[in-house]
Amino acid sequence: MSKILIVAEHANGKLNAGVAKVVAAAQKIGGEIDVAVFATDGSAVAAEAAKLAGVSKVLQADNAANDHALAVVLTSQIVELASKGYSHVLVPGTTFGKDLAPRVAAKLGVPQVSDVMAVHSASSFDRPTYAGNAITTVEAPAGTIVATVRLASFNAVAAGNGASVEKVSVAASASANTKFVSLQAAKADRPDLQSAARVVSGGRALGSSENFSIIYKLADKIGAGVGASRAAVDSGYVPNDMQVGQTGKIIAPELYFAIGISGAIQHLAGIKDARTIVAINKDPEAPIFEVADFGLVGDLFQVVPELEGKL
Amino acid sequence: MKVLVSVKRVVDYNVRIQIKPDGSGVVTDGVKHSMNPFDEIAMEEAVRQKEKGKVTEIIAVTLGGAKNEETLRTALAFGADRAIHVKEEGEIQPLTAARALAALVKKEGAQVLFTGKQAIDDDANQTGQMTAALLDLPQATFASKVELDAGKATVTREIDAGLETLEVTLPAVITTDLRLNEPRYLKLPDIMKAKKKPIETVSFADLGVQPAPGLKTVKTAPPPSRSKGIMVKTVDELVSALKAKGLV
Repeated sequence: MSKILIVAEHANGKLNAGVAKVVAAAQKIGGEIDVAVFATDGSAVAAEAAKLAGVSKVLQADNAANDHALAVVLTSQIVELASKGYSHVLVPGTTFGKDLAPRVAAKLGVPQVSDVMAVHSASSFDRPTYAGNAITTVEAPAGTIVATVRLASFNAVAAGNGASVEKVSVAASASANTKFVSLQAAKADRPDLQSAARVVSGGRALGSSENFSIIYKLADKIGAGVGASRAAVDSGYVPNDMQVGQTGKIIAPELYFAIGISGAIQHLAGIKDARTIVAINKDPEAPIFEVADFGLVGDLFQVVPELEGKL
Repeated sequence: MKVLVSVKRVVDYNVRIQIKPDGSGVVTDGVKHSMNPFDEIAMEEAVRQKEKGKVTEIIAVTLGGAKNEETLRTALAFGADRAIHVKEEGEIQPLTAARALAALVKKEGAQVLFTGKQAIDDDANQTGQMTAALLDLPQATFASKVELDAGKATVTREIDAGLETLEVTLPAVITTDLRLNEPRYLKLPDIMKAKKKPIETVSFADLGVQPAPGLKTVKTAPPPSRSKGIMVKTVDELVSALKAKGLV
């Protein structure tokens, strides 16, 4: 039977919401599910993790070295815990997990499965490749299975009966080679493009960075994040970190507006998992209409302000 | 300071990929390939650091079959001084790649290994971190800003919570993200000059590397396809359609 160790991501004494989705993925694998909390004082986070349905126990590893979630510090602790009979180590497919999991896998001498989106068995999983344009089914070899879980693919588990919290002592020391300097929190004036439930993106048809203001206005009206096509970025209208697509951010919002975006392959790769796509373009032949749930052919400079007014 | 840049040859980002009908993989024969875009950013960063006088020598590395030489030529046109081709046919998974890169970082005495945060074919996002682990070196992944100094690097990382800055001692592994820089357009004279730069060819055996256990690919399938939706004529029609679906 599987014995699964989930590494809890947390910040400011709060459990990351993604952990409940990782537990859901673990339930598909089946077996005992333990959650490890590495912190300076993980009591609050451990208490939250203990409430998740399906969790057997929470391992609370307090150490002053854990004040920042540094992969280099966490790895040896996870490897030590994993050696206590765990068949799987799962982490959220966030920047935290993606930074950490390969380091753990390499230390264990095993391959790592990235972005698990479906579970076939304890050792067989689906994962996206080519920016989600190909779904690959992989089989992990014998040994510990280390995987990141693609959060957009699983629904969070509900509250459970309450697991026990156990304080564990694992060797940990501050890193001599890595020093945390600062964290500049993401600007909160607009939802983060990567995690926003609604996203409005503009393309080359906007024509200038000034004209992008109509995109921002519409986005702010509906509380959306703002993105752009690679063409708009390459034309210098907006910075590169707003790029949506295979070479930019791959997103999965509930509602996506593609405005003045023709729908190049590289852009479509980034929005494949959007729940509903709305396309506004003056060219009725634009490929974006092939994937849009709702399409409107028209001049964006008329349509977008009108839409903003009516929402 | 000497730096190593690992670059990968991948299907070009503008290609609409085709899945083989038997589900055995993605069609790569006769398809345009180019350098992984994230590795271009890694290459560009190394060159900028050299232009700033922080780096003295740039060594580009790639792993794979004969065709990968063209990717090394691209790296040399960017400004790498020389290149190493770890020539091995067949699929090379991240842990195996990391073993070879770790051997080369050691052999060359490189102070930094720059590489893209992920390749746009397998989307693994593993090789840099694994190389750091095998060498017990610090890692700074998803870099959006890099400052190199004697014996240390200050790296700003693009993470979900915002921008995190770490200071790591050298040698270190730095993986590059989109925001770090915009790779230059290669000029013809540089492309010509690159043809004369040296490429050393080595094998896993030369490096003392054993292929690591890997994942077995059982099948490759297209994602569930999106069907074409409804064309609306007016903004009012669009608004009512969105309202009907409870989206606004």
